[in-house]
Amino acid sequence: MSASHTPPHAHDAHHHGGHHHDAGPHSTLSGYMVGFVLSVILTAIPFWLVMGKVIADKGTLALVLGAFAVAQVLVHMVCFLHMNGKVEGGWTLLSTLFTVVFVAVGIAGTLWVMFHMNANMMPTHAPGHAHTPAAEQRAP
Amino acid sequence: MSDTHALTTRAYHLAHEPHPENGTALGFWLYLMSDCLIFAALFATYGVLGRSYAGGPTGAELFDLPLVALNTAFLLLSSITFGFAMLQKQQNKVGGTLAWLAITGLFGLCFLGLELYEFHHLIHQGAGPQRSAFLSAFFTLVATHGLHVTFGLVWLVVLMVQIARHGLIHENQRRLMCLSMFWHFLDVVWIGVFTFVYLMGVL
Repeated sequence: MSASHTPPHAHDAHHHGGHHHDAGPHSTLSGYMVGFVLSVILTAIPFWLVMGKVIADKGTLALVLGAFAVAQVLVHMVCFLHMNGKVEGGWTLLSTLFTVVFVAVGIAGTLWVMFHMNANMMPTHAPGHAHTPAAEQRAP
Repeated sequence: MSDTHALTTRAYHLAHEPHPENGTALGFWLYLMSDCLIFAALFATYGVLGRSYAGGPTGAELFDLPLVALNTAFLLLSSITFGFAMLQKQQNKVGGTLAWLAITGLFGLCFLGLELYEFHHLIHQGAGPQRSAFLSAFFTLVATHGLHVTFGLVWLVVLMVQIARHGLIHENQRRLMCLSMFWHFLDVVWIGVFTFVYLMGVL
């Protein structure tokens, strides 16, 4: 790549010899432009959906917004962060997948637990007035 | 086992060291993944508290979406200009690399300036972080991202000085690669912020 332009007196030159792979993966203009155009589209559509009040149903709109966010994150990962299964022998991808699972469990689990806590611990929810008496009875 | 024989053949500076290539890239990536967990915790906190307005203003009343769209555009543009800087680096053009890095820094500054304006505006309206759980979670999450951008800018300026003084030596190329990952990662986090905080906040 650029080994021939590196001054030979660089202090760790004798450690790294001639192989200078630390400079990162090879980037291309087309790769960046594809990523940029896609992310502009994937950003503009969600803002248009919300600001133009295109979808009336809030639940549907939230799902659509989430889908656009996931798509854009994938575009950024591939086009800007040069993610693929071959970088670092697959360890980058593997650590990312681990993080995705960890983040998903952390966020989904937090929301699940906390909103159930809210529902079960509101002081106004006396057993007689509970919305779901069957669930209340099963609870320890 | 002959010790003398082993001594003569033992090589301390291997032509190819046994550590994986791009060790820095993988290590820095693992740091970014751990940073991702910080943001996951803050997103989860915001998810829990995001509708606890305590009788105060809601996201729909506070958020100025055109401003957020402009901010998002600044960050997206800074991502692509950083990409151009990396392309200049690949061609060993010091001037071009520095110029694109400077433009990236300017977009980063615009982003930060607009975010600080938004914070100032909110606090001036009485919607500071102490107003409600929603605003505490909002300020924590968005300001943590803003702090990352701030430190990214400090890193950017220091690296520009390094490149101007020493050129695109191997060390600076490695540092540039790490900063590029950091910068693009912050853009990825911002996707989550504008989607889940701002856009879903006004629904």
